Amino acid sequence: MVSVFVGILALSALAGFLALCLETADSYFADYGECRISINEGDRELVVQGGGHLLGILTDEGIFIPSACGGRGSCGLCKVKVSEGAGPLLPTETPYLDKKEIEDQVRLSCQVKVRNDLAIHIPPELFYIKEFTARISGLRDIAEDMKEVRLKLVDPPVMEFKAGQFVQLRIPEYGDSDEPVYRAYSIASPASKGEEIHLIITRVPQGIATTYVHEHLNEGDETLLNGPHGEFYLRDSERDVLLVATGSGLAPIMSILHHLADENIRRKVFLVFGARRMGDLFYLEELNRLKERIPDLKVVHTLSRPEEHEQWEGPRGRVTDVIPDLVKDPSNVEAYICGNPAMVESVEQQLTQMGVPKEQIFYDKFA
Amino acid sequence: MELGTTAFVIFFAAIFTNNILLTNFLGMCSFLAISREVKPALGLGLAVIFVMTCTSGLNHLVYHQLLVPFGLEHFRFIAFIIVIAAFVQLVEMVIERYSPVLYVVLGVFLPLITVNCAILGVCLFMIIRNYSFVQSVAYGAGGGIGWTLAIVAMGGIREKLAKAKIPTPLEGPGISLIIAGLMALAFMGFSGMIQMQ
Repeated sequence: MVSVFVGILALSALAGFLALCLETADSYFADYGECRISINEGDRELVVQGGGHLLGILTDEGIFIPSACGGRGSCGLCKVKVSEGAGPLLPTETPYLDKKEIEDQVRLSCQVKVRNDLAIHIPPELFYIKEFTARISGLRDIAEDMKEVRLKLVDPPVMEFKAGQFVQLRIPEYGDSDEPVYRAYSIASPASKGEEIHLIITRVPQGIATTYVHEHLNEGDETLLNGPHGEFYLRDSERDVLLVATGSGLAPIMSILHHLADENIRRKVFLVFGARRMGDLFYLEELNRLKERIPDLKVVHTLSRPEEHEQWEGPRGRVTDVIPDLVKDPSNVEAYICGNPAMVESVEQQLTQMGVPKEQIFYDKFA
Repeated sequence: MELGTTAFVIFFAAIFTNNILLTNFLGMCSFLAISREVKPALGLGLAVIFVMTCTSGLNHLVYHQLLVPFGLEHFRFIAFIIVIAAFVQLVEMVIERYSPVLYVVLGVFLPLITVNCAILGVCLFMIIRNYSFVQSVAYGAGGGIGWTLAIVAMGGIREKLAKAKIPTPLEGPGISLIIAGLMALAFMGFSGMIQMQ
């Protein structure tokens, strides 16, 4: 009997002693002290506790590098140029970097550990990207399998964004999805109302995020999002504006229309919205109200397969079938296209052939 | 024979005639997995030398100062594994700090040194063969160097092999095992050199 206790005691003492040694060693070896991160040639300087990964440290400092996998080195999005102090390129990074990026000292920020002072370069607009806490203030069906989600921002209370940009919504773990995921959604609401943003979310069969929004999200829920992101926004010019959208691609276009109305911008505006049947049309009332506020707005809805009983009298066919009638002076048109990638590609091709300069065509592909 | 001389003999015997990998075939798992190139093989080998030398000494002390006085010799497996595990953790910390690339290259095999049977094997052999402390450390160091010698040689051969035409069914582990066997045969040539008990 005694020998059992002696045995347990002796082994526990041994294990305890070793644990103590490890703990001491850990505080010595894993302590990298304070490190300085100089951003964009000294534009900003961060003093951080070393030892962590660059992506996480930047996030803690309020700089949100886009990342879809949450820092596990599997999405390859969190690329950052590190010109000093990153150490050698790791085998976990090479699959995501091409030759030119390696030459340019681009690294995956989720793999680079901060062990010493670093000099990094990031696009300045990333400084404006913040993480927001928001409360779901409205949730309504606007068409079949399509929901409008209203998010009242809590902290910070207002987002400054350009009409047409998107946010990344955080979907928490639920059901079979065992880790949080981020998905990008364009903002449909006006940029002038930065305290509540609206997103349009179409249900995708088996989609992690869309299933969550359609089946598990409730009014009053709290959620996290970051943004604004993206280069798809209205450019300043005098040219005519051609807006082309299908499905939830109407979201950023709505925001652009609100912007045109709010800012009293006097430009000729054409909106082409393509859908399959009448049941897929949405935001009709909103568009009518916008028509009153934008005198030069012309809205064309075109249906590719209207059903018999719907008695559709408007144009039939795809968006590409109605565009030629609207574009009279191709060189003086600025086009904004948003929707599924196939549609975006065919419209872009059509416009280029008609003579719209490439630099006047902007698009956002919703994959 | 004097104590020093025996330790010296044991050290060389562990490298050549009684190579833990090529005569006892212990530690095959990481031997096959990390031997594609010389550099990581050398890195792992150095880590094994360090862990083996230190743990054979430590475990000798633990066995003779802690387990034997309390009559707990039957606990030697657990005790040895704990000591080895703690030591590997330490090595891991050091490598992560000073050589991040090696750390990533070694990947999961670094923590796996813990269960590298060559290391436990060395610790158990030294008890069975009733080595003194100095002899144990010499045996550990020799065992580690022998293991490293084998894996680095294997790495060199496989680097050349990567460019060679090998019959498809033998690619990968197949040819590696055959080479390991040939290397073991070659090492038998050393056996006349030193006689070890």
